[in-house]
Amino acid sequence: MPDDAHDIALHHIALKVNGTSYKGSIEARMLLSDFLRHELKLAGTHVGCEHGVCGACTVLLDGAPVRSCLMFAVQAHGRELATIEGLAAPSGDLSPLQAAMHEHHGLQCGYCTPGILMTMTAFLREHQEPSEHEVREALSGNLCRCTGYQNIVDAVLKAAETLRAAAP
Amino acid sequence: MTTRFFGAPVKRNEDRKLLTGRALFIDDVELPGLLHAAFLRSQVAHARINSIDVSEALKRPGVVAVYTAEDLGAFWQPGPLLVPPPPIPGIVFNTRTHVPLAKDTIRCAGEPIAIVVAESRYIAEDALDDIAVDLEILPAVVDLEQALRKDSPRVHADLGNNVAAHVRQTKGDYKRAAAKAHLTLKRRFRYEHGISSPIETRGVVAQWDERAEHMTVWDTTQAPVFVRNVLAGALGLGEGQVRVIAPFVGGGFGPKIMMLYPEEATLPWMAMRLNRPIKWIEDRFEHFVATTHERGQIHDAEIALDSDGRVLGVKDVFLHDNGAYNPYGLTVPINSQCTLLGPYVIPAYDSTFTSIFTNLTIVTPYRGAGRQHGVFVIERLLDLAAHELGLDPAEIRRRNLIPKDAFPYKNEIIYQDFAPLEYDSGNYEPVLDKALAAIGYENFIREEQPKLRAQGRHVGIGIACYVEGTGIGPYEGAKVQVRTNGKVSVATGVGTQGQGHFTSFAQIVADQLGVDVTDVDIVTGDTDRFYWGAGTFASRGAVVAGNAVNEASLAVRKKALKFASDAFECSEEDLVLADGKVSIAGIPEKFIRLGELAQRANPMRGAVKPGTEPGLESTQYFGPPSGATANGVHAMIVEIDPETFDLQIRKYVVVHDCGTVINPMILEGQIHGGVAQGIGNAFFEKLSFDEHGQLLNASLADYLLPTSLDVPRMILDHTVTPSPLNPLGIKGAGEAGAIPVGPLFAQAIEDALQLKGRGIELLEIPLSPSRVFELIGEGGKS
Amino acid sequence: MKPAPFKYIAASSLDQALALKAEYGDEARFLAGGQSLIPAMNFRLARPEVLIDINPLSELAGIDRSDGETIRVGAVTRYRALERDAGFLNACPLFADALPHIAHPQIRNRGTIGGNLSHADPASELPAVATAMRARMKIRSSQGERELSASEFFVDLLTTCLEPEEMLVEIAFPASPPRSGSCFMEVARRRGDFALAGVAAIVSLDEDGQFTDVRLALCGVGETPVDASEAASSLIGQRCTDKALEAVAAEVQATISPSGNVHASADYQRHIAGVLTRRALASAHEWVVHA
Repeated sequence: MPDDAHDIALHHIALKVNGTSYKGSIEARMLLSDFLRHELKLAGTHVGCEHGVCGACTVLLDGAPVRSCLMFAVQAHGRELATIEGLAAPSGDLSPLQAAMHEHHGLQCGYCTPGILMTMTAFLREHQEPSEHEVREALSGNLCRCTGYQNIVDAVLKAAETLRAAAP
Repeated sequence: MTTRFFGAPVKRNEDRKLLTGRALFIDDVELPGLLHAAFLRSQVAHARINSIDVSEALKRPGVVAVYTAEDLGAFWQPGPLLVPPPPIPGIVFNTRTHVPLAKDTIRCAGEPIAIVVAESRYIAEDALDDIAVDLEILPAVVDLEQALRKDSPRVHADLGNNVAAHVRQTKGDYKRAAAKAHLTLKRRFRYEHGISSPIETRGVVAQWDERAEHMTVWDTTQAPVFVRNVLAGALGLGEGQVRVIAPFVGGGFGPKIMMLYPEEATLPWMAMRLNRPIKWIEDRFEHFVATTHERGQIHDAEIALDSDGRVLGVKDVFLHDNGAYNPYGLTVPINSQCTLLGPYVIPAYDSTFTSIFTNLTIVTPYRGAGRQHGVFVIERLLDLAAHELGLDPAEIRRRNLIPKDAFPYKNEIIYQDFAPLEYDSGNYEPVLDKALAAIGYENFIREEQPKLRAQGRHVGIGIACYVEGTGIGPYEGAKVQVRTNGKVSVATGVGTQGQGHFTSFAQIVADQLGVDVTDVDIVTGDTDRFYWGAGTFASRGAVVAGNAVNEASLAVRKKALKFASDAFECSEEDLVLADGKVSIAGIPEKFIRLGELAQRANPMRGAVKPGTEPGLESTQYFGPPSGATANGVHAMIVEIDPETFDLQIRKYVVVHDCGTVINPMILEGQIHGGVAQGIGNAFFEKLSFDEHGQLLNASLADYLLPTSLDVPRMILDHTVTPSPLNPLGIKGAGEAGAIPVGPLFAQAIEDALQLKGRGIELLEIPLSPSRVFELIGEGGKS
Repeated sequence: MKPAPFKYIAASSLDQALALKAEYGDEARFLAGGQSLIPAMNFRLARPEVLIDINPLSELAGIDRSDGETIRVGAVTRYRALERDAGFLNACPLFADALPHIAHPQIRNRGTIGGNLSHADPASELPAVATAMRARMKIRSSQGERELSASEFFVDLLTTCLEPEEMLVEIAFPASPPRSGSCFMEVARRRGDFALAGVAAIVSLDEDGQFTDVRLALCGVGETPVDASEAASSLIGQRCTDKALEAVAAEVQATISPSGNVHASADYQRHIAGVLTRRALASAHEWVVHA
């Protein structure tokens, strides 16, 4: 029986993604991942499982990596998000991590890559000189089925090196 | 051709799009008026459908249509047999292909019963709960041995049993061989391979243009050309009226080539009916039952050897879990049967398998495609024999390797490409030597292991060899065209799911035409751009499509040189093709840009000589006479916690020979990924079914894919034994990493825990710490 | 896997949240971190009619160490806050061991201690930690407040003693007594997975190195966290010897009834519960000795 008992109330939200302000009018149950991809047309964030395990949907919420499939869009009202679309510079220059992933062949099909980029971008902000083990630990919440992780680890270590060299 | 890019670790052309989130994957396709489909899937494995009531679902606001098998009318029919049985004498094959929607009978959990089309996926899923299905639940066929009993329930009522196929292939005379043997060993082996579980699930978007009478389908398929052809036929359309696009696909690994999946058949049909575009994205929960699996085999295998450990023969009788339907024929068990022979001289071979219908998801190839099962059996038999004979495991393998002067080596039995199995080229001993050296075999056995054991640590080593038939036909094609701006466009029919075709094919073209690799754009998987070919599977992309690209590039090169030689009035031998220009050797200032040549080759006026073609373009095809055989050796050292039985991989080596290498960086990535899946198969991944055919672990929380902490850093090396079967000498490499990992784990764990000395043998995969504990307990009791 | 529809209310105050929960009862669920609730909703295994979002209630988040004897943690405190608070980890060292085992950083950035404890998954680490530490659970409803021990709080599989109108608002942990050490260990298939078995051990020693108190709690081997402190009572007044620890391990194995799951047989769970008991007790003991 159709559930008319539930109001399909629309919630009005305002949030920032990659520094740009957005508004939305959505059902409460709309997942943040779907909101980003289909309402805001920021389809760079990918959906792999919708139960919080694969990590492909990882975005930064106020700078911290979270699973966008485990949040409702309404919960992001008033918050600042960062997604893969915001990593490269306005000039088009890739971030040190994006560039290192390219150099080290850290992606094959590229589907898990957005989640990995966001997770490890946040990681590199807090770890200037990570060991390989620390990188693998930080990466362990993002599943990749193509690469076997080795080249991703190399890319992260290289990016850390690049960032250290550029640091004032 | 001058090699500037071919063989070099060129960075990938496709990366920027993927790294900036701008690559188009199936769920990124947005169309005006797009509707969303959700499939009601059976929760039970075997049932008769008494009735389906969709009336409540139709009343739900936002629901546009609901379809069942009845609604499909004449469109509803069992799908085609995609891979017919090979021409093996005495073969029994009972064709039972799947249907787009279950009509009277459900034969596996996950089989679709009805489809809801709605304004959003959210609403469509709400409506699934509104559909009432009246089922009479039937007993499910799950266990392979029970399935063959006379009193077993039958998956297909019109069949007198659950036999999907029965195949026996022989070579030489095993009975005679066994009679002469110094040692025969017989064991039962159980090998389960798991599911592909790519990070992107499947999806289909169908758009029908009623005015133009044209259907566009976006599909995560590995075989867009075949999907187009089969779909056109099913919909009563001409092939030119259907365009299938495989966009960026987030991992294929095999199951994305099965077709037509129910969703691939019904989405376009519904799009025509509703005259609105429709999207279906498989969610992860669906993927566990709705996308094809690989699963298990039970082998009763026997090996006969002489006193030096030379194999006189092998006999194997095995049961193969086929699942409920068999549209994909016998590729998986035939691969098991053939790949068991490995890189070894096995003069007598008697292999029989029964492929069995079960009330479980269909089994079709997943990276390795049944080779794993065969390799496990032979590698374990050799280890057991080595132990009996007091031989070192590496030594017994060495003694049995096919010598390098024995190629092409005829193994006689029929392979998945329907031709007698023949190894085209190979030089196996150096591969073994390199692997042993890289893992430090001698030093480990003599010094490191005893030293660590004295400290109370449990370390073990494993080594496994395999031969992989790759690069099979029928053929692929490619069109190469120099554009007037000097850049080169290439189109081929295979799809790409991450293996780097956009770069590796570009490398081939770049060298032939003297252009930069970034000036070559490759289109794969769009039937409007290229509509001949089979698809990406069986490690054949680089071999078959790569060679087609090469042939087409060569043809274009010849045309360019011919035009230039006419223009310069000189001989073609005096010309140099480099940096996007044709110039006269030694006079670099006399040149014509390729783009200009292309322009000149398509004049607005003047006469074109009869027998010539306009433009600088060519379409060529390549079909190998048979598959090229790659080979490799994996070696691994593990350390086990003797109380918890958890393990750490301390060192992992792969030495591989796939002939000529186009891009070593891409090749290594393929090996890394294959090994990771092999580790998953050997130690983490297991589909757990109950006796009713219900999958108990249908989520990524409980079906365990290896993470960055579970996959070690690998040491890779390779040798190059070119294939004589194609001009570039290439052999396939996509599946290699995944194939021998199972026996490696069994060996290394046995060694680490010194199980052989305790009379305990590990004869099954997957292993887990709990399973090792159980097996030791069982062994300890006996 | 999209969730079923629900009414969403972002709570503006604790009183309002409790009033709403009293009104809707079992039809409503509190939304804290959502890291257990939302996956269940996406699978449609949980279909609350109303979600009361308590994330805005900052008064429910925070770590209060002002009272030297007790560390009070608000229920909506995220794992992330716990793992970054050196003072807290110092005061409650079991958390330092246990937190890295909880899922992954992305989950820990949202998940909350109250959400975890209210979810009461017996394979989860913190219910065992709370049990070992003799935590006190502070529960409120619009009618009033009550306080319970951890053992009283965890009633059954995924079931606490919370009534439909109640909310866990705060957890109080006693400060570590002097001359005590702790250790949490688990066996899981992969880092961050639910424990196949896990042990939280806290030991106190006297000046002669004899055990004066042993707290032992296990996760993953029962319908609730298992308080196995009784099984360790043979250690009181004893020194730490291999034999003594083996006896405790055997006693623990005899006491528990693991049910097995897709990843491990019940026998294996029982086996590693014994192994981890020995190892955790030894490690906790080492901690004191070297402190």
